[in-house]
Amino acid sequence: MKTIFKYFITFTVVSSWLVSCGDVNSGKSSSQGALSTNAAEKVYVAPGEHDDYYAFISGGFSGQLAVYGLPSGRLFKVIPVFSVDAEKAWGFNEETKPMLNTSHGFIPWDDSHHPDISQTAGELDGRWVFINGNNTPRIAKIDLTTFETTEIIEVPNSAGNHSSSFVTENTEYVVAGTRFSVPFPQRDMPISEYKGNFKGALSFISVDPEDGRMDIKFQIMMPGFDYDLSHPGRGASHGWFFFSTYNTEEANSLLEVNASQNDKDFIAAINWKKIEEYVNNGGGKKVPANYAHNVYDEKTHTATSTMKKEVLVVDPTEVPGAVYFMPTPKSPHGCDVDPSGEYIVGSGKLAAELTVHSFSKMIKAIENEDFDGDAYGIPILSYESTLAGAVKNPGLGPLHTEFDGKGNAYTTFFISSEVVKWKLGTWEVLDRKKTFYSVGHLMIPGGNSRKPFGDYVVAMNKITKDRYLPTGPEVTQSAQLYDISGEKMELLLDFPTVGEPHYAAGIAADIVAKKSKKFFRLEENEHKHAVKSEAESKVVRNGNEVHIYMTMIRSHFAPDNIEGIQVGDKVYFHVTNLEQDYDVPHGISMIGANTSELLIMPGQTESFVWEAKQEGVWPFYCTDFCSALHQEMQGYIRVSPKGSNVPISFTLDGDPVDIE
Amino acid sequence: MKLKLVIVLVMALALASCGGEKPKKDVSGAEPATEKATEAVADADPMANKGIGPISSVTLGEIDQTLVAEGETVFKAKCTACHKISKKFVGPALKGVTQRRSPEWIMNMTLNPEEMIAKDPIAKQLLAEANGAPMANQNITEEEARALLEYFRSKN
Repeated sequence: MKTIFKYFITFTVVSSWLVSCGDVNSGKSSSQGALSTNAAEKVYVAPGEHDDYYAFISGGFSGQLAVYGLPSGRLFKVIPVFSVDAEKAWGFNEETKPMLNTSHGFIPWDDSHHPDISQTAGELDGRWVFINGNNTPRIAKIDLTTFETTEIIEVPNSAGNHSSSFVTENTEYVVAGTRFSVPFPQRDMPISEYKGNFKGALSFISVDPEDGRMDIKFQIMMPGFDYDLSHPGRGASHGWFFFSTYNTEEANSLLEVNASQNDKDFIAAINWKKIEEYVNNGGGKKVPANYAHNVYDEKTHTATSTMKKEVLVVDPTEVPGAVYFMPTPKSPHGCDVDPSGEYIVGSGKLAAELTVHSFSKMIKAIENEDFDGDAYGIPILSYESTLAGAVKNPGLGPLHTEFDGKGNAYTTFFISSEVVKWKLGTWEVLDRKKTFYSVGHLMIPGGNSRKPFGDYVVAMNKITKDRYLPTGPEVTQSAQLYDISGEKMELLLDFPTVGEPHYAAGIAADIVAKKSKKFFRLEENEHKHAVKSEAESKVVRNGNEVHIYMTMIRSHFAPDNIEGIQVGDKVYFHVTNLEQDYDVPHGISMIGANTSELLIMPGQTESFVWEAKQEGVWPFYCTDFCSALHQEMQGYIRVSPKGSNVPISFTLDGDPVDIE
Repeated sequence: MKLKLVIVLVMALALASCGGEKPKKDVSGAEPATEKATEAVADADPMANKGIGPISSVTLGEIDQTLVAEGETVFKAKCTACHKISKKFVGPALKGVTQRRSPEWIMNMTLNPEEMIAKDPIAKQLLAEANGAPMANQNITEEEARALLEYFRSKN
């Protein structure tokens, strides 16, 4: 029914357009091929219809994660993760401030890079999205029933948390590999003594299969290279994780030159099951550490931050057979594993070819001890023995590869600005399409799983010069959507994105949408400051702190007249939304508030602090347009001089709030 | 999705205009009743109006005090923001409501406020009296609505 209607509407729209255009072979649009390619029809989602896919595209230096629909490219939501967000009071309200706590204190910003969706048996299960904070190393978990960040764990002994946050095929672990190696333990030492003294931590964070609770199970202390990207094995290679490296030279200055000396860097192959077994049998060493573990509880609607004091560290040379290096030319970036788990693609940024390793050949090489020396005691496998093949003359500056599940791979080329389609096994180039411009990552929904949804690929560009209306020196960042259902790729759509679209994960909409939460049940609200009816609302003085326990519903607050506040008081608003209706949040803010508004979902409680600085009668109001009488949703607070004898009072319609 | 809804509605309207009878859910366990035209009810006996919604028939017995207590709990959590027993607030005072409205109408108003406000003549009139502030859908269950009704019966 739905599809028929979509076609019917599309047909109607297109035919009316044809009619109104008259001669379709004249004019600008036909010269651009819009009608001949029917690209518009392929991305058209009629009013009221839903997109087929969710795309979670990282906000890069915005620190957030944006949710788009595919194929329309429409932006649905920006989920606050690592940066404060005024729209949702993230990091402003008392409930979420603990989420941004770190060992460096409250950090209201980060650089969000690689989202990845949880998996069960190698397929996307749509429960959580994980994403890394690159700058102050953190991993966040977003719950896809609420589309809210519910957990953030800091990663000690790391810096430039880039080779993350990818998950194993049953979400046993999410990894956080350090891009920059740092002294271990951190200390004051000459930078010039980097070589041999700096270490690269690869952290394996366990995920509780029931509630998703994260915990750093172990850190592998690797040689001081830069660990750039990673991907899990799957199928036969499940149990292994692969990390690309650069700067195997261990340079500490002008890396552009000094880290491009070696002809080959490495892909580190980690048998995490072996290390897990070693750790479960008492292996590894607990070392002092200091990192924050922040958890948001959906029953109390409140986050808590706990500082953890130690972490388990594993020396890879003490677990023989667990870690190997596969030589890969030349400063590899992307490290991508195909859906079967057999092929590991390494994109040497300066290499003329695209290198593909074979997992089965790797295992054979390990069995045969086909080594080419070692690095800090870790065996280096011989290049030829793990090589599955190479894509010849693929383009310039390969970065990332995704797979369509039909035996094809798609790689982005930053310098030559293109997506190149090639065939796994034969390594022949099948197609290439321009991007606009300087493409970084690309995403096929389900790409990092055993079952990609091979309809579309999204290319995420670093530069969009001249592609859109200019908005000053900084123009919009953008993504591009290609149809990959046929033999040749077809560019369907450009769409602007929030921040830098650094990386993305996509999933079929029906897996996620059916589990989406509509409202929070009042009965289940365990917030310690919740009031569940107007009769329970109250105002309580405690020294120079005043706590207002307030409720909201269309279209009033209770209480809405409050007196007895004094200059110098710290006034806490604890506000509960009594609505039990889908999509009816209310907001509240107070004149002079040194914070953002609260945007409170139905059945939820949130708090903010307002400092009474001046005598007078000051208004507060609902900030979210909630109903026809939204404008009337307002109230007043009377502020008297310090030491005044005006008693605390609170009323609604001139009556006590508990009148029957 | 919305389109589907529209189609269903159009089909339902077509059926209705053809004289098709729409079975209604019955909480008392009696035979499904037929829906009556509601448009003429404004000037008629309001107790004869059963409203629009899932409830077509309610059988009342002696007041059940356990149910009254359950209803009071629900009322205080989900209704008092707009309704007082003793006085008109955002919505009407609820003292004596079971003498003014049929039990079915009360439950349908609780369970299906959007449609009631759009179509039911009494609900439309009440909306006007509330200066256009519509009754919020509080996602009350049928069991909760039945308990609320019992609570209102105790407040006559």
